[in-house]
Amino acid sequence: MARYLLLRLADAIPTVLLVLTLVFIAMRILPGDPAIAALGDMATPEQLEIFRERMGLNAPLWLQYINFVWGMLTLDFGTSLMNNQSVLRLIAYNLPYTIELTIVAMIMGVGVGIPLGVLAATHRNKAADNAVRGFSLLGYAVPDFYLGALLLITFSLNMGLFPINGGGEGFLDRMHHVFLPALTLALVKAAFIGRLTRTSLLEVFGKDYIRTARAKGAREPRVIYRHGLRNALLPLTTGIGLSTLATLSGSVAIELVFNRPGIGKLLISAISERDYAVIQGGVVIFSLFVVLINLLMDLVYIVVDPRIRVQ
Amino acid sequence: MTVPLLKVDNLAVEFGPKSHPIRVVDGVSFEIPPGGAVGIVGESGSGKSITSLSILRLISEPPGRIVQGRIEFNGVNLLDLPRSKMPDIRGRDIAMIFQEPMSSLNPVMKIGDQIGEAIMLHEDMSGEVRRRRVIEMLGLVGIPDPAGRLDSYPHQFSGGMRQRVMIAMALACNPKLLIADEPTTALDVTIQAQVLDLIHKLRRTLNTAVLLISHDLGVIADVCERVVVMYAGRVVEEADVRSIFRAPQHPYTRGLLQSIPRLDDDRDRLYQIPGSVPLAGSVKKGCPFYERCSLRIDKCAEEMPPMFSFGTDQRAACWVTARQADAQAKEATLS
Repeated sequence: MARYLLLRLADAIPTVLLVLTLVFIAMRILPGDPAIAALGDMATPEQLEIFRERMGLNAPLWLQYINFVWGMLTLDFGTSLMNNQSVLRLIAYNLPYTIELTIVAMIMGVGVGIPLGVLAATHRNKAADNAVRGFSLLGYAVPDFYLGALLLITFSLNMGLFPINGGGEGFLDRMHHVFLPALTLALVKAAFIGRLTRTSLLEVFGKDYIRTARAKGAREPRVIYRHGLRNALLPLTTGIGLSTLATLSGSVAIELVFNRPGIGKLLISAISERDYAVIQGGVVIFSLFVVLINLLMDLVYIVVDPRIRVQ
Repeated sequence: MTVPLLKVDNLAVEFGPKSHPIRVVDGVSFEIPPGGAVGIVGESGSGKSITSLSILRLISEPPGRIVQGRIEFNGVNLLDLPRSKMPDIRGRDIAMIFQEPMSSLNPVMKIGDQIGEAIMLHEDMSGEVRRRRVIEMLGLVGIPDPAGRLDSYPHQFSGGMRQRVMIAMALACNPKLLIADEPTTALDVTIQAQVLDLIHKLRRTLNTAVLLISHDLGVIADVCERVVVMYAGRVVEEADVRSIFRAPQHPYTRGLLQSIPRLDDDRDRLYQIPGSVPLAGSVKKGCPFYERCSLRIDKCAEEMPPMFSFGTDQRAACWVTARQADAQAKEATLS
């Protein structure tokens, strides 16, 4: 098991390096001179030169690469071109909002999705199943930013039940602020996870060990939850992991719609203002999160599947 | 005569939509005395597994349904019981083991917990007592170091060991009847012999009645006293093991016996019954074995033969052999 963990960790290292390399390359192959792009057409040659020197753009490429990777690994993301704040500070301020949004959305999505999936699977081809399938279809079809806008207009603007923008202060206020954006993401999530739960459960229900459980004299709830759902968790774990990644990227649009702080919002404004250092830092942080969530999923696999544990 | 422990009477099972039902088990009857051992033998698709699953009402409905007959266990017709009562019978009075030991155990549950669950579902005992009982059961079925294997998962066991675990689980509540559906088919020959020995031994020590389902007459002869031969969803012959081997009366049983390879035989090709089992529900009238039968007469195509008695303890559904036996009997009385 420790071996498995170490292997997973070792797997993550080249992934992180690859991500950093891709970000490095992406930033270098952007059309035009980054100095001009950053400072604009009106900048004087002296200003451009100072900028290049400051950004280390005059060094040979391999040195730039090493400096870049080293900087990223030591969490030295540089300073924002717009307001001279440290990028790390900007990220540290915004990141908790994104994490909060993702976690609350996942809890809501999984909390609603799994029961819906169980309901659908145990009432296969009956009214409940059809209703869940209809809901799933709707969840797949409606874009989250549109759903977010609808919820915002209905519950915040018209009914005044929720704040219109911002992230909130203190736990309760923050939960109040995060509810609608999380609900938006969660509805899409619940549709996906509900559907996945239904499929995985139905597959598990056809297995021999389910028949064994019934032959032992286990009653249906026990068969469904202890034997069925417990085994359906294996494919579900993968789905929930992928879905968490989707939530993370979905948060970009949602943070814009609800005008709340977060990495997504930070990235969007950095892109529109060509704030290279912030874009770089934001993309790296986002990528690290993807790697981290994958790692986390591997850990969950160990808990869920004993076959991995002892190998 | 003793009251049978299990009496299956005129059982019929259908699959598919009610408008076009396919009858996969038709008019099956047999009995098992307390502590007795009965085997059902037949090819794939003969309806033997469906028959065994029907006893515990484990066929999935839909698409399957039991459309007629009685399944009396200790005098109570199980088909009259509300569905919610069945879990009380399963595992406690009648236990079942299956063909696929590799997939019949829950892969994410510890062995000890799976056997313990079978006990917990039916008997009220403390965790410690239950644990000791699980260890005892594992020891009984010949798992070495039973206490040390409680926390193992099924994937850490070989096929033969898993089948032993299945047997331990099935016998944990001391059921009166054990239904074993092809318990050795997926195992190596040596392991097969061990598992059959085990069933044999446990039968004697615990006085559990056994219903053994197999396509292998040899396996059945090892364990059972009586044999029910099924073909295309019907019982075609029923007799004690000795008579089945000495004087099989149905041409299908004869064919089955002839297909068993023998050591003292130097044929190049093994015997096979020509043709194949008819598709379920495709035989509308006459004997289902008609197409493949070497003894057939015109009557066989027209009328399904009933079960004729041969001697006191043997019955078979064949027009031709019944006539022959009749003629022989008459000759015997004349001379």
